[in-house]
Amino acid sequence: MTKVSMTVNGKAVSGEVEGRTLLSTFLREGLGLTGTHVGCDTSQCGACVVHVDGKAVKSCTTFAADVAGASVKTIEGMNNPDGSLSVVQQAFQDHHGLQCGFCTPGMVMSSAALLAENPKPTEAEIRHYLEGNICRCTGYHNIVKAVLAASGQDAAALAAE
Amino acid sequence: MPKDHGIGASSKRREDVRFLSGRGVYTDDMALHGQTYAVFVRSNVAHGRIKSINTANAAKMPGVLAIFTGEDFKDVGGNPAGWLINSRDGTPMREPKRPVLAHGKVRHVGDAYAAVIAETYNEAKDAAQQLADDSDIEELPAIVDMKKAVADASNRVHDEIPDNLCFDWGWIEDNRAAVDAAFKSAPHITTLELVNNRLVPNAMEPRSSIGEYFPGTGDYKLTTTSQNPHLTRLLVAAFVLGIPENKLTVVAPDVGGGFGSKIYHYGEEALVLAASRKLGRPVRWTAERTESFLTDAHGRDHVTKIEMASTKDGEILAIRTETLANVGAYLSNFSTATPTFLHGTLMAGPYKVPHVYVNVKTVFTNTAPVDAYRGAGRPEATFSIERIVDKMCRELNLDPFEVRRKNLIQPDQFPYTTPVGLVYDTGNYQATLDKLIELADVAGFDKRAAASKAKGKLRGMGLSTWIEACGIAPSNLVGVLGSRVGLYDAATVRVNATGNISVMTGAHSHGQGHETVFAQVVAEKLGIPESSIEIVHGDTSKIPFGMGSYGSRSLAVCGSAMSKAVDKIIAKGKKIAAHMLEASENDIVFADGKFSVAGTDKAKSFGEIAFSAYVPHNYPLETLEPGLEETAFYDPANFTYPAGAYLCEVEVDPETGKVDIASFTCADDFGHVMNPMIVEGQVHGGVGQGIGQALLENTSYDENGQLLTASYMDYAMPRADDVPFYTVDHSCITPCTHNPLGVKGCGEAGAIGSPPAVVNAVIDALHRGGHSHVKHIDMPVSPARVWSAING
Repeated sequence: MTKVSMTVNGKAVSGEVEGRTLLSTFLREGLGLTGTHVGCDTSQCGACVVHVDGKAVKSCTTFAADVAGASVKTIEGMNNPDGSLSVVQQAFQDHHGLQCGFCTPGMVMSSAALLAENPKPTEAEIRHYLEGNICRCTGYHNIVKAVLAASGQDAAALAAE
Repeated sequence: MPKDHGIGASSKRREDVRFLSGRGVYTDDMALHGQTYAVFVRSNVAHGRIKSINTANAAKMPGVLAIFTGEDFKDVGGNPAGWLINSRDGTPMREPKRPVLAHGKVRHVGDAYAAVIAETYNEAKDAAQQLADDSDIEELPAIVDMKKAVADASNRVHDEIPDNLCFDWGWIEDNRAAVDAAFKSAPHITTLELVNNRLVPNAMEPRSSIGEYFPGTGDYKLTTTSQNPHLTRLLVAAFVLGIPENKLTVVAPDVGGGFGSKIYHYGEEALVLAASRKLGRPVRWTAERTESFLTDAHGRDHVTKIEMASTKDGEILAIRTETLANVGAYLSNFSTATPTFLHGTLMAGPYKVPHVYVNVKTVFTNTAPVDAYRGAGRPEATFSIERIVDKMCRELNLDPFEVRRKNLIQPDQFPYTTPVGLVYDTGNYQATLDKLIELADVAGFDKRAAASKAKGKLRGMGLSTWIEACGIAPSNLVGVLGSRVGLYDAATVRVNATGNISVMTGAHSHGQGHETVFAQVVAEKLGIPESSIEIVHGDTSKIPFGMGSYGSRSLAVCGSAMSKAVDKIIAKGKKIAAHMLEASENDIVFADGKFSVAGTDKAKSFGEIAFSAYVPHNYPLETLEPGLEETAFYDPANFTYPAGAYLCEVEVDPETGKVDIASFTCADDFGHVMNPMIVEGQVHGGVGQGIGQALLENTSYDENGQLLTASYMDYAMPRADDVPFYTVDHSCITPCTHNPLGVKGCGEAGAIGSPPAVVNAVIDALHRGGHSHVKHIDMPVSPARVWSAING
């Protein structure tokens, strides 16, 4: 067991981990941050995406020890300081971009990372970026719309219905 | 102006705030004091005889608390099939025991034959591996292919079932002679052999269960990923473990999708309860994704020969089918109903077909159990019918739009009795077809095809006019058909003293948005804000009873029960109001949240009535009980029959065989719509899954019964860039005639109507591109299959 320290959602945290302890396990079981979900164990579904030093990372295939000293942001850190939904989260609610909610934390984290590097993505760019996040409920229609809306584009016009 | 609240409004979902903030509580999110971890030891062969399981080494490993094998459960009950189906000769289906843990034999890869409970997950996992190493399982030849399973009586999934057949079902047997006669005299016969590909439902949340036993009271609690906690309670209590039903609480908290796979009771649920009783500590288990692939009930997996008799100008005279349906190694709870009454009864489609006969043989194989998956039987029926209608049109050089229009049941023919046992109460199939043609701009197709051609692509369009039966079901009817349960539902509406409301519903929401939509319905009926209504679901200790959510039944059946309970609240409120207003009950009218005396300005608000019910100082106590809480059970008089028309346009790259969905358009009739935003989302999701089935997904077992597609690296789930924006419409409305809300259900429509539209479009593209030798391509229509078809 080794001690790791990092910043999670702006707070300094530390804990004892085995070398094999995954970041997703450390977040969920060590810190009780269960918003980060594990859907596949093989880095495919993206329900476990968090930000490590601002980059979208799949926490189910990242060792906790490897991110010692880093700044980690999870879905629990996405709300505005007053607790209200941030722009990306609000767009998902406004456009019904979630149903069962299980893939949602990863979708929001990936979408936020996309918008940080590409503030006005096209539909094709959004679909390509979100390839690593699987949703079984929505058929992706309203997720793509939500990301377009969060980027300030006219989602209704772009998603011809 | 669209409505901003109540029925018909696109109210934003209240549940979203917790899901978007990481504050949903799914089963695996719960941490319990003293919890222990279960890991299952699963067969790595498809078929084998268990010769020995040596637990000694594993039991000595660090943290190990208990080990269970099939021996521990050999004297308790099995997990039963919910429907008893009789064969054509009247004999009942073969129904082998499905034990909690395999005993004697393992019958599919992933079949659990032991479980280890330990202090930590890693300790349980390590000991489970040791136990696997110390087990001697003699591998037997695997039975994978259905045709071989039926042909070779020497090799048996269940030793007592000689031909691996569960049943040989005819629907309707009395139709057979007339159908055969119609074929004999038919001017044209179209024949098609097809495979409805096996799918894995793949709810994104893996199955997970926590068992708790409370020695002080003898109570049990099962927290589990279920679409219907009451059914799970019934099965665990009455059939498997013999726990009194009133000593077991089943809670299904936030559940991350189901699509059918979480309807059923699974052995892991019984194991964690039995283990918690033994240890006196909570026992938890969560599937890894590969465990989900190996053990969640799969869907579809039909091999069908369908024949259609018609006139030369496309009038359908008769349909005859023979299907082999895979049930896998054991009978999952709905597995015998899915290929029969959810499939054969739909085999007339939306058409005026005078003669239909359906034969289904269900076959045991050494594969995971197969059961209802989104649509359940109806996608299989729709695919068969819509593919052969298209093939008939091609053979006779007829227009697929006009042939469908000619054969559709006419709006003035409802109620319409089909030759396969259903009475469609209402519909207007021409209206949805017309709406589709307009929305999809069929007139502009040639121009788009020319543009595709200029890019070197072949463009095609595929049509599907579909119907389904949902809102399952009248209990007396399903009882006659073999169901061992009733399929009504229940709701309690509790008006609290302060006037806000708790609704306990038997529906379970695992993505459907009931917490929002059900509140809209109650708000509309009572004239109070949605925000003062709470929807409680998924807990057998809180809700009166419920058969859960599947088969697009939540609103049609559970919502109807809720609507009836609200009506009882209003009726009682009128009595209270009459007393308070010193008027006759018959003179009290309820509207906009107020009870008033007709023709006067005397009125009491809903809140005043509620308060009076709980503080009954001025109250007719001699004739009326205090309190304001009502329960209603609702048993539907018929199925509901959503229907619609779908059009898919594809672009095929003839060089690679790759198919791109260029557009997908849906015109549906769901009856009255409570929340358009949610209904559209349901259709999007269903179409996404249908496109997945048509182009991408396949569940592939090799000849040894090894599952080759047991992770997301191998099983092609639809991803964001595999699908387009969809165009969906639900403005054609023929309200259901027999439920109080006039609703039909929308959850499965997309998955039912879309696969044939996609495949018809691909075939159309190939024909337009000159590859008219291609008559059919089985799903998934992968680039390799398309390329081979073009070049083969």
